[in-house]
Formats: sequence, C-alpha cells, structure tokens
Amino acid sequence: MEKRLQGKVALITGGTSGIGAGSVRRFVREGARVAFTGSNAEAAAKLSAETGAVFFSHRVEDAPAWPGLMDEVLGRFGRLDIAFANAGIESGDGSVESIALEGWEKIIAVNLTGVMLTAKHAVTAMRANPGGPTGSIIVNSSMSAYKPMGNFIAYSVTKGALVNLTKSVAIHCANQKTKIRCNSIHPGVVETDMIRGVIDRSPDPKVARATFEGMAPMGRMAQVEEVAALVAFLASDEAAFITGSEYGIDGGSTAGMMGV
Amino acid sequence: MKRLEGRVALVTGGLRGIGAAIVERFLAEGADVLCADLKPADDPDAARAMKEFGPRALYLQLNVAHEADWERASAEIARAHRRLDVLVNNAGVDGVGAVETITFESWRRVMSVNVDGAFLGVKHLTRLMSETGKKTPGGASIINISSIMGLVGYSETSSYNASKGAIRLFTKAIAIEFAQKRMGVRANSIHPGFVKTPLLDFGMQRWADQGLAPSAQALIDGLDAATPLGRIARPEEIAAPAAFLASDDASYVTGAELVVDGGWTAQ
Repeated sequence: MEKRLQGKVALITGGTSGIGAGSVRRFVREGARVAFTGSNAEAAAKLSAETGAVFFSHRVEDAPAWPGLMDEVLGRFGRLDIAFANAGIESGDGSVESIALEGWEKIIAVNLTGVMLTAKHAVTAMRANPGGPTGSIIVNSSMSAYKPMGNFIAYSVTKGALVNLTKSVAIHCANQKTKIRCNSIHPGVVETDMIRGVIDRSPDPKVARATFEGMAPMGRMAQVEEVAALVAFLASDEAAFITGSEYGIDGGSTAGMMGV
Repeated sequence: MKRLEGRVALVTGGLRGIGAAIVERFLAEGADVLCADLKPADDPDAARAMKEFGPRALYLQLNVAHEADWERASAEIARAHRRLDVLVNNAGVDGVGAVETITFESWRRVMSVNVDGAFLGVKHLTRLMSETGKKTPGGASIINISSIMGLVGYSETSSYNASKGAIRLFTKAIAIEFAQKRMGVRANSIHPGFVKTPLLDFGMQRWADQGLAPSAQALIDGLDAATPLGRIARPEEIAAPAAFLASDDASYVTGAELVVDGGWTAQ
C-alpha cells in the first residue's frame, strides 16, 4: 500500500479501543509515527506491542495535564502533524428527565471540553512545526449531531456542538494564515467492542444485533477499519483543500428517510 | 497496491478541468477510464488530451443530456468491459445572470446538462454497476459533482444553484434506494468551492468583459482572498476525494456530501 502519512506524527486521543485503536493501526500502516492516549493501560500495552505506537496515560478532560503530555509527545517526536480528537463517552447519560447533573457534567467534560483542549494544544504544537504551521485536526463527532437521541441527551448535545467547534477552529487557523485544517467526521453505528458488549449482554442478542444493523439503509454497522480509512484520508495531504467540513460515514443513515 | 486496479470508471466532462484531473487520478490508481465528453473523437483537443492520458483511457463521445447517447454508452461498456465500478457525473455548465433576465431556454439548458445528465447516467448504468458492485468489497461508486452552490445561494447564480441543489438531493435519494435494496452501489456528492478550471476562467473573463472588474485575474485574486485557506483549489484537490469515494476505503460512505472548499461555507 502506498503510504500516505509517511514522516507525519499523529496524536490520537482515546486510542486504546474502538475507532481510536483502529486509527492507531491504520496510521501506523500509512507510515505515521503515532502517540495515543487513554486510561486502559492493559489494552494500550497490547496495541503498543502490536504497532509500535507510543502510549501516554492521559484523560482528555484533565486540563492541567495537557502541557505535560504535549511536552512528552513533542520531546519524543519533535513535531505534530495530525491530531485525532476521538475520545468520547456516553455512560451516565439519560433523557432530559432522568440524567443526573454529575453524568451531564462528566460527558460535557470529556466529549466537548476534552475536544476543545485537544484542538487547543494541537494548534499550539502545529504552529511551532519545523517548516511552518501545518497540520490536520480530525474531530470524531457522530451522526447523533444530526439525529439526536431522546435517551442520550448529553451525548447528542456534545456531538452537535462539535460541528461548530470544528468550524471555529478551522476558521481561526485559516484566518491566522496557517495551513492547519480541522474537520469533523460523523460515523453511524460502528461495530466496536463496546457495541458488541451491548449486543452480547442483551436479553436476545440476535434481535439486538438486527436492531443495530437495521439503523442504516445499508443494513449493517460500520467496521472500525472503515471509519479509520476516512480519518486517514482527512489526515493526509490528499485533503489539503478540505477544512471546516463535516464528513458523514453512516451507510446512508442521515441521507434521509427510509421508504417502504 | 494501487487502489483502483482492475476497476473501470466513466468520467463525464473528462477532457478539461476537474473531470480531466479525475481521469488522470483514476488512471494513476490503476483503473481503466472512459473519458466522456462532447467533442468528436477526432477533434484535435480531444486527441491531444487522450494522448496525454495514455492507452488505459478510452474516449467516448457523449452528450449527457441525450438519452440515446447514454443507451449507446451503456451497451458499449457492457459489451467491451462487462463491468462499471465508478461513474463520475462531472459534466456541467454554468448559468449566471439576474433571475428576470434568464431565458427559459438558458434555464432549461443548465437543468438539462447538470441535472438530466446525472439522472440519465445513473438510470442507464445502475444495472451494470450493481452487478459489478456486488462482486467488489466496497461496492460500485457513483460520484456526483455538485458544488458549494448546491449548499448555499449566490447572487445571480439561481439556475446553477438550483441545478446543483438538485444533484445533492438526487444523490441522497439514490443512496438510500440502492442501500436498502442491497444493490452494492454507493452514491455520494462532492461539493467543490472555487477551483482553477477553464469554466472558472471563462466565467471570470465574462464578468471582466461586462466591466464588473478590471480583469479576470483581479476577480480570481478576489476569490483567493475570500477563501479562508487563502487560495482557490487546484483540480487535483477535487480528484483526491473522488479517488477516496471510488475506492474500497469508502465502503461505508453513502449518501454523504463531501465539501471541499477551503473553508468557504464554514465561515
């Protein structure tokens, strides 16, 4: 395979599982040197051993720890070309009636403030890149940005907010005459370990699987690798004219309404 | 490995601008490419372009607005290639002027090329693409070239706006239709911002000739400055997302709109 990220340095938040881990693998295959964060040290060790990517134990919402993280990443790699703001949670969510303030604040902290902090520190690092301010920031939103869920209010709200966070970052970086781009991706239901767990634990796994698969007109969930392929495209120089955009990857889920 | 090895693609409006860049990119990815355009095959411009494209590109004279041309093309592709992996509906014309000055004939021409052309291509090639797509990992791929003018309005561009907006939703409708029927065909639209093409140069020159600007270049400089990234696009930068959509990398992407505008519509 032609390596499209050769010589680039990438940071992936929430890289120990799901789309994050898939992106670690894809980026490494594309020739990038990859740093990834998270809190599952056991999964991280396995992924590091498999790919050679370097793990840093860090939670995106931990603002005071960000400067130290970036010092370590830049100390080791000398630059930053790609930041994939991927970390996100949904546990503690509920409907407007059922959600506890604690759950709301936790999800806002990770899914929204965490992405802002990722973009903030990525832009700072990319501005200082040897050779000039260049880079690509990819924000993992969700199709929930367009299809809010009644029983996941905080998740839906944060994913919607990421659309404008992304555009604001893109416009700022362009106004500042940098070549730093920022785009969001909007995956539909992805068959991650987390979703597989939900299916396996449900009373009737077959029905649960069929429900998830039926959410997309394509009749199946996305595979992690398919989302990672889009992230790799946006990360590469192929996407040099793409900034401030929202890229859907949902098997047709947000294209409209399914007919009869 | 090249990403379109063994694949067959058809690109309308393939002799110039974005279309030519897509033809070149698909060839570089290993595809056999049918380059469709209006000119007769023995036209010197067509012959020159085809010579540059090399032996894996084949020329097809086709008026996208004529159904008979598509029927002929469809039969010919089925006979000669027995497959079609990628259809890029790129051929388009512009349409400018205050709405009360647009002749019905001019309005119809814009709709006929930009909208009817994409509809006819999809109508006549879907069966072959479905047969092909069911046998490939990522499915066959229809790529409709819309525009940022299919997303936002622009003064004195109403017919072009209407045609490109139509392409956006036509794409989403067929994406759902094909996905639900498990036809193995994906459909997506690309929405370029301003791109340095002959069509753009022509449009800018026309405005300059009307005395709206000192020169076409002054207008292009203005477009550069008005784009957040500080410049308009090169055709290759539109060909890159087309190559992504054509490839198996985009196997779960359907009904999506890929905006490639240097931040123009984000601001």
